[in-house]
Amino acid sequence: MSAWIMAAFMLTAAAGAVMVILYRNPVYSALSLVLTMFALSAIYVMMGAYFIAVAQALVYAGAIVVLFLFVIMLLNLRNQQALKESFGLRAAVGALLGALFIGVAGGTMWAVLSPDQFSKSAEVFKDEGHTESLARLLFKNNLVPFEAVSLILLAALIGVVVLIRFHGRPSSDNSEESNDA
Amino acid sequence: MTPELTYRLCLTLSAVLFAVGVAGVLIRRNAIVIFMCIELMLNAANLAFVTFSRHLGVLNGQAVVFFVMAVAAAEVAVGLAIIVTVFRTRASVNVDELKLLRR
Repeated sequence: MSAWIMAAFMLTAAAGAVMVILYRNPVYSALSLVLTMFALSAIYVMMGAYFIAVAQALVYAGAIVVLFLFVIMLLNLRNQQALKESFGLRAAVGALLGALFIGVAGGTMWAVLSPDQFSKSAEVFKDEGHTESLARLLFKNNLVPFEAVSLILLAALIGVVVLIRFHGRPSSDNSEESNDA
Repeated sequence: MTPELTYRLCLTLSAVLFAVGVAGVLIRRNAIVIFMCIELMLNAANLAFVTFSRHLGVLNGQAVVFFVMAVAAAEVAVGLAIIVTVFRTRASVNVDELKLLRR
């Protein structure tokens, strides 16, 4: 039973990913991306990675894709037809190469990873306190990377504000510099 | 479904997701959709990390996934800000029309 559910989620994730690149309207692409993210989140739940599953749903479906949709609608791209792409010969060749690449990568993963490589994976997670042990790993063993991530987020925050605030107005930049001087 | 089959299927799905992301970056010319495809590739790597973390019975892979998510969030914020900035200048997000970073 659970095997079929997991297979269904896998198919959903793959189909959503393909739809992301097939839809011409970027809003539909973003919604397909939500589908993929939620399917991956469900797969994480079924693999016992509960914290990662919740973080996936919150961060990707809740924040990142909403940011995508927000930007798409903020730019109001549909009115200008700026995003209507024509899928011509070049895209057909690209799709062919892409399908070939998908087949090669998937087939390699499937063929190379023979089951006996996984046969010694008898041990499974101790289910009690899974998130707790992950937190211990994050805050004890990986404390420095964790703090570095906070710095990265801060840098991204400042960078975005600088990009949006000071872009395209050289006169205002000059005036501010002159003010500083 | 045996665990071994689950791992194989998850890794295959991971490879497929990554390949779809690469194909999207190659095919599409809309900068926003290209960004979504980059997210797909990051998610494929995350799925591989979680699968191997589960398979090996250690949690380090999930810690890496946490960091990847944080960096992906920062990357999306900065990238979309750049796209908005480019759109203000060029009134287009078609990457074929963007040959210069300056006006």
